[in-house]
Amino acid sequence: MPILAPIGRVTIAFFAVIGRVSIFTGHSISHCVRPPFFPRQILRQCIEVGFYSLPVVGLTAIFTGMVLALQSFTGFSRFSAESAIPQIVVISITRELGPVLAGLMVAGRVGAAMAAEIGTMRVTEQIDALTTLSTNPFKYLVAPRLIAGTIMLPLLVLIADVIGVLGGFVVSVFALNFNPSAYLNNTINFLEPIDVLSGLVKAAAFGFLVTLMGCYHGYSSQGGAQGVGQATTNAVVSASILILLFNYIITSLFFTI
Amino acid sequence: MSAVTPKIRLRGVTKAFGPKVVLNGLDLDVWPGESVVVIGGSGTGKSVLIKNIIGLLHPDSGTIEIDGQEVTHMNAREREDVTRKFGMLFQGAALFDSMKIWENVAFGLIQAEGARRRDAKEKAIATLARVGLGPQVGELMPASLSAGMQKRVSLARAIATNPEIIFFDEPTTGIDPIMGSIIDQLIVSSVKDMGATALTITHDMDSARRIADRIAMIFQGRIIWSGAPDEIESSGNPHVKQFINGEAHGPIQMQIRA
Repeated sequence: MPILAPIGRVTIAFFAVIGRVSIFTGHSISHCVRPPFFPRQILRQCIEVGFYSLPVVGLTAIFTGMVLALQSFTGFSRFSAESAIPQIVVISITRELGPVLAGLMVAGRVGAAMAAEIGTMRVTEQIDALTTLSTNPFKYLVAPRLIAGTIMLPLLVLIADVIGVLGGFVVSVFALNFNPSAYLNNTINFLEPIDVLSGLVKAAAFGFLVTLMGCYHGYSSQGGAQGVGQATTNAVVSASILILLFNYIITSLFFTI
Repeated sequence: MSAVTPKIRLRGVTKAFGPKVVLNGLDLDVWPGESVVVIGGSGTGKSVLIKNIIGLLHPDSGTIEIDGQEVTHMNAREREDVTRKFGMLFQGAALFDSMKIWENVAFGLIQAEGARRRDAKEKAIATLARVGLGPQVGELMPASLSAGMQKRVSLARAIATNPEIIFFDEPTTGIDPIMGSIIDQLIVSSVKDMGATALTITHDMDSARRIADRIAMIFQGRIIWSGAPDEIESSGNPHVKQFINGEAHGPIQMQIRA
């Protein structure tokens, strides 16, 4: 029976983590919808998540659009389907690459920063200080971040969609000699509202997940600098995995049901 | 004194972390306007005691009353109302490092009492003056202050809302003896001026003698002795005697290996 004990321990630990995350999530959501709200904190987090992530998300989007056009051209030219490049670029960017890459970039930038900030506040008793000052840490620290993540990532993705398509357009027109007006016509005519909408729904979900993981791991961190470092790593890794998992789930909900 | 309701009353409070029992049926009364200092060695449960009273931890059993109100089974909203009576100076100051000093001091006024930022800033600057810090300090960030100044700011934050009960967690730890003496004087004057009740935990005996109306010693999760500061030398309790004299040998066996 020695093999059963470690399996049991791992299983119990796994479900304990699921339980803790679920309780944290429920608690956090309840504080997002109940007053008092902290508009100054929400605005600050919106700027942090949205505005300051714009350069990294924009750069990711433009290079992704450019590479996508280039790779599609080299691949599709093998069976003379180069004319499909505008459609391939716009549907790939809006449905998949825009939200997923923006989510992953924001997880690396914002999720890590949130885990580090809240984790440091935890180990230096700043979160306890909030409680003694009659301020609920969930309302003051967690809820503004979740609200900001859920609102700002769709806006970021909308901008990333435009920049990504622009990247594909630039490469197609200036390097692959596409006709600019034909390229734009093909892009606009092929695009359907559901393509953009599905990407924005994904972005809202990813924004929530990234900030939730940042807050959860920061809030649960223990043991000084090492604990904060561990929390930061865990926040980025768990957010990235959840983004990929929920990307599949949301895609199947939108396009297979 | 028994006709008066204690400001803080603990009865049979027990708290364990796994197999380690930290508080083991602890009883304690703190009377209105009294300054009680709980002394005891590292790891004897002093911080756990304060965290249970404040509500940062929940006792496994026993009762905690604030102004005669049992608080251990209160919901979050009721608990928040009780917490408004509290102020606390943390061992590491626990200043919000993303805010200016005045914002730290004004935090409770703005968030808990709904004061306007301009009014709260004026009050914060006045409170900083009470702990001997000028208005220019209010514009600095916590990281640019020394440990002693951070403790003073933390004291200012603790008293800014005129709390009825103030908790001091190791107020002189990590600062030099002169600054420690200054912090103690500020604590005494602040508490007396406001007529507040104070509960301090420390293992600094000089500090305890300066701050306390009454000293209580915690050992193995219980209060084993309580009395006036001038009675402590003649307490007749071997644990107290060993602790206040810092003797390596005696009934208190310190764990020196992990």
